[in-house]
Amino acid sequence: MTKVEMTVNGKQVSRDVEGQTLLVSMLREDLRLTGTHVGCDTSQCGACVVHVNGKSVKACTMFAIEADGADIKTIEGMAGSDGSLSVIQSAFQEHHGLQCGFCTPGMVMTAANLLKDNPKPTEAEVRHHLQGNICRCTGYHNIVKAIMAASGQDVSAIAAE
Amino acid sequence: MPKDTGIGASTRRREDVRFLKGKGQYTDDIPPAHDQAAAVFARSTVANGVIKSIDTSVAESMPGVLAVFTGADFADVGGNPAGWLINSRDGEPMKEPKRPVLAHGKVRHVGDAYAAVIAETEKQARDAVEAIEADIEELPAIMDVKAALTSDNFVHDEIGTNQCFDWGWIEDNRRATDDAIKGAAHVTTLELVNNRLVPNAMEPRCSMASYKESSDEYTLHTTSQNPHLTRLLISAFVMGIPENKLTVIAPDVGGGFGSKIYHYGEEALVLAAAKRVGRTVKWTSDRTEAFLTDAHGRDHVTTIELATDAEGNFLAFRTETYANVGAYLSNFATATPTFLHGTLMAGNYTVPNVYVNVKAVFTNTAPVDAYRGAGRPEATYSLERVIDKCARELGMDPIALRRKNFIKPDQYPFASAAGLEYDSGNYDALMDKMEEVADVAGFAERRKASEAKGLLRGFGVNAYVEACGIAPSNLVGVLGSRVGLYDAATVRVNATGNLSVMVGAHSHGQGHETVFPQIVADMLGIDAQSIDIVHGDTSKIPFGMGTYGSRSLAVCGSAVVRATEKIIAKAKKIAGHMLEAAETDIELKDGQFSVVGTNKGVSFGEVALKAYIPHNFPIEDIEPGLEETAFYDPANFTFPSGAYCCEVEVDPDTGKVRVDRMTAVDDFGNVMNPMIVTGQVHGGLGQGIGQALLEAARYNEDGQLESASYMDYAMPRADDLPFYIVDHSQGTPCTHNPLGAKGCGEAGAIGSPPTVVNAVIDALQSGGKNVTHIDMPLTPHRVWSAMNNA
Repeated sequence: MTKVEMTVNGKQVSRDVEGQTLLVSMLREDLRLTGTHVGCDTSQCGACVVHVNGKSVKACTMFAIEADGADIKTIEGMAGSDGSLSVIQSAFQEHHGLQCGFCTPGMVMTAANLLKDNPKPTEAEVRHHLQGNICRCTGYHNIVKAIMAASGQDVSAIAAE
Repeated sequence: MPKDTGIGASTRRREDVRFLKGKGQYTDDIPPAHDQAAAVFARSTVANGVIKSIDTSVAESMPGVLAVFTGADFADVGGNPAGWLINSRDGEPMKEPKRPVLAHGKVRHVGDAYAAVIAETEKQARDAVEAIEADIEELPAIMDVKAALTSDNFVHDEIGTNQCFDWGWIEDNRRATDDAIKGAAHVTTLELVNNRLVPNAMEPRCSMASYKESSDEYTLHTTSQNPHLTRLLISAFVMGIPENKLTVIAPDVGGGFGSKIYHYGEEALVLAAAKRVGRTVKWTSDRTEAFLTDAHGRDHVTTIELATDAEGNFLAFRTETYANVGAYLSNFATATPTFLHGTLMAGNYTVPNVYVNVKAVFTNTAPVDAYRGAGRPEATYSLERVIDKCARELGMDPIALRRKNFIKPDQYPFASAAGLEYDSGNYDALMDKMEEVADVAGFAERRKASEAKGLLRGFGVNAYVEACGIAPSNLVGVLGSRVGLYDAATVRVNATGNLSVMVGAHSHGQGHETVFPQIVADMLGIDAQSIDIVHGDTSKIPFGMGTYGSRSLAVCGSAVVRATEKIIAKAKKIAGHMLEAAETDIELKDGQFSVVGTNKGVSFGEVALKAYIPHNFPIEDIEPGLEETAFYDPANFTFPSGAYCCEVEVDPDTGKVRVDRMTAVDDFGNVMNPMIVTGQVHGGLGQGIGQALLEAARYNEDGQLESASYMDYAMPRADDLPFYIVDHSQGTPCTHNPLGAKGCGEAGAIGSPPTVVNAVIDALQSGGKNVTHIDMPLTPHRVWSAMNNA
């Protein structure tokens, strides 16, 4: 067992973990932050995307010990301290960018990272950036639309209800 | 104009808030019980083999191991049954080999579980599974559906054949159909494969069981689309646990698409293990297990013939289909290629003769069952591909040929040649709307623009009709169903005026928590926010059949309406008493009960309170309380229909296809929440385009699934798909349910595959390539090969 310390959603945490414990397992099982999901075993689906020191990372591709000292943000840390949804979260609700909700945490985290680096992405840029996140419910239309809307772009021309 | 929250309003989904905050509670997210143990399965690595021996002694002695199960532990329990009995053309009932909890005697597909370890931790269980010594003698795998029928190597030795059934629909129409084809001026023939797919709900299956010795009660949390059906199967067939001793809870479920309808052996195993070891036992599928063991979809090999006269009037459709059902019969496996497929083989057309032959075949592959659309995508694909080929052969416009043969609006109710009675529709109006919103007139210009870039551009069209809202119990009973297909709702008005509505349908992405309150709020004239939906827990909800076949709104929504009507009727009685007026003089408007023609009234809230504090209450005439249940059994299927088109660009150098424009115009009858309906269509389109261009569950000849991960199975990603154009303004209400609703969940996956393929063929033809068919998925390799071999 190795002791790891990190900041998760603004809180200092410390746990003893095995060397092979994945970051996603530590988040889900040790910290009970179950919003980060596991949808595959090949690091393809993106349901487990979190932010590590401000970058999107699939939490299944990283050992917990590699995150020692890191600043981690998960989906549970995205809403305001008063519980209000962030701009991106609100846009997903407003534009029906989620159905079953399972891939949603990873989508939101990936989208947040995109908009940080590219505040006004084109449709093609959004689609390209989402390559590592699989959604089976939405056909992506409303996810792309929600992310573009969250960036402040007018999406009213993109297919009506 | 719709109000903000009632029927017809695009109310934003209330369930989104918890999902967006990471507060959804899927089965694997449930906090572990203090005594929780883990189950891991030992699965066959060969497709077909005789289990000579299984030595679990080392595994049993390993650290943390609590129990090891093998097939022998379940030799005495019942099998997991097929829900639908199909008779062959000769009247013989289908072959129904036993589907055990764990393989016993033989393993029959890669992934078939033959043992399970229960241990303190999942890691310990995994280690112990590795230590199980199984001596399995590998046999040649039975993979090809046609070869399987003449082989003396059987998936199930005890039935002595690999044919499950040989079904004819409608057998009495066979001769007339044969004669029509024989005498026809033109016959178009097409052989096609409806490619095998893996549903791939993003949440892998997960089941967790506990057992309370003091009351002999079990609780099963599981990823299910229909907790009552799962309980019924476990209780009545598989394990014999009395229904009143088993609670099945399907909490938040991360997508289903059919794959979570069925009862799987893992559920029975964790229940048995929970009792034996006296602990909570959980199993969570990993994605590889999901690929190997979730029920797959489609997998038909079909020859279809379309006979026409010289003017293009359809005279007959005749099909012969080999349907792969896999190694065991999953619960709806026999209904999917028959009554959900053959009955739709008249399509949107007045064609007088239809004959469908389906041979269902066992192979050493994962079970195949209903996947989004379930039989109807297979029917639509066959029909709409052969019609397109026919149009090309006759030199007719593909839209004009379809229109010529459409059922016309004044012909409803229409008895189709495939045995269904369509209640409503207007296919020409859908086609008109499609031509308008897709700007079909602008295609020629867009083709020129594509060609200027060195790309071939094709236009494809399709019409579909499908059967949803499954289903009338009387009818399906006659057709072989072993269950009824009603649904149920209980509306409980609480004393303080808020409502809990318990529904038999299960929401795993469909938005029931938002839509059902819209309906109740609209009927009662109260705030939808005061209404909550309860679903997914057999200890809380009435016995419902769950969510599949686009049935939630048409069937369970109708039950919600009926229960709410009963609430209104009783509330009027109470209000009449309160207002000293006859109940027949009471009207309900905007949440207020008033005496007609007066200004005397009481609010809905006051009536609710009176029902539960029945002071000065006529208890001899009216029971206290305000809670009503309704079971709704539909009078007929519902018949959504649509006109779709798409435009693709094909790169002639690589064969790569890009869908540039995809238009879906659907008739869903009355729409409760347009935003949600549109989202359902989007999802179906994504899966349908995925089937057309990307997805294939590919087994090799040894029965190894070569596409068993997201590295190998091409799931559609965001940059594979376009924005869609979706319209449902042309609805013709369903005539036989109170909402006039038809169902929208599967349409996109039904309508899109032939549309895409038709467009690709059109593109290749425009480039001078005489390619008339390519089997899905239309990968660059297949398209390039077809072009270069043409």
